[in-house]
Amino acid sequence: MSRQRIPLITELPLVIWLVLVWGALWQDFGPGTLVFGAIIAYAVVNFFYLPPVELTGRFNVLWVVPFLGRFLVKLVTASLQVFWLAVSKGPTLRNAVVAVQLRSHSDFLVTATGHAISLIPGSLVLEVDRSTSTLYLHCLNIASAEDADAVRRDVRATEAWLIRIMGSGQDLAALRRERAEQ
Amino acid sequence: MVNDVVVSVLLISGALLSLAAAVGLVRFPDLLSRMHAATKPQVLGLLLLLLALAVEFESWVLVPLLVLCWVFQLLTSPVSAHMVGRAGYRTRHLRRDLLTLDELDDVVARAAVDHGPGAHRQRNGGHAGQEADGVP
Amino acid sequence: MIVAYVAGGILSLAATLALYRAVRGPSILDRVLALDVVLAIIGAALVLNMIVNRHLDNLILLVTVSVIGFIGSVTVARFVTDRK
Repeated sequence: MSRQRIPLITELPLVIWLVLVWGALWQDFGPGTLVFGAIIAYAVVNFFYLPPVELTGRFNVLWVVPFLGRFLVKLVTASLQVFWLAVSKGPTLRNAVVAVQLRSHSDFLVTATGHAISLIPGSLVLEVDRSTSTLYLHCLNIASAEDADAVRRDVRATEAWLIRIMGSGQDLAALRRERAEQ
Repeated sequence: MVNDVVVSVLLISGALLSLAAAVGLVRFPDLLSRMHAATKPQVLGLLLLLLALAVEFESWVLVPLLVLCWVFQLLTSPVSAHMVGRAGYRTRHLRRDLLTLDELDDVVARAAVDHGPGAHRQRNGGHAGQEADGVP
Repeated sequence: MIVAYVAGGILSLAATLALYRAVRGPSILDRVLALDVVLAIIGAALVLNMIVNRHLDNLILLVTVSVIGFIGSVTVARFVTDRK
């Protein structure tokens, strides 16, 4: 089994995350725990080999806070909405499978968007087409084409947020051009 | 005293969200709509319960582990929902009469035609993503 | 603390409903989904127990329960896809 060496810099976010998990599990962030955690994390990353995640190299912290706020608001309203649908509509519910074409072609960004969409109740990623970066979503309570359009707009808005936070420069430029045209 | 009230409210609403999941599980008509009800109110419900824990104990040592617990759920629940949903769609565990629109079905049908008459339709069902990966 | 009884009652009602779906569930995926919910309710009950009895012994258990739920449902979903 031939493995190509991955440079340490692409592994670094994963190692840092593993060290933080280690510290949180021990409920102790002293230097001894962190150093030992770093050794274990390095060993884990090297022994249990995974394909490297290609980050885009950009991360804008300024956009993260409003994104998290929007996410939490959506999470609360949509959870209540699903509860209400379960009580009021129940078996008479109408659903739809909607295809949404995303702008970005980065695997990482498509995954992040799908993840954020799946966490908000009312939509669920069924299938991903990597070649065209299209998400196929199963959505609750879609009665008409307008509802489906609303879902598409919503998903693309979420993607725009994520591009602003950690999209590549190329995607960001595409987003700016699109905004300028409108 | 304020703490007690906050903890009570958080506990009750967290428990109510669990109830929401269970009610959805019983009342919704097919597998995929049940998935919506089952997987996602839990995320908010767990957040509320962990917040109740943090408020009750008022200790900062606790916070990293609580955050870890929630982030773990944030990372895992969409993945398992996607896996179950995909398996459900492929094995036809959904009621087509309840769908107002199915854009994946067209793609599946086209993929079946591209693979010639010998290709079994159900086998190709929803493989659009994997074919792009070059996985047979 | 009356809140504990109310929350416990809600949780047991939820667990009963979820178990009903696990027993009735037409397909194995329905059952897995229902058992996943039961596991999440067990997690909620663990938190409730910690708050009522004022201890923190269940925290690691809480992480473990969510990991078990994840691994369980992914495994079953994989199995269902491969068999068909």
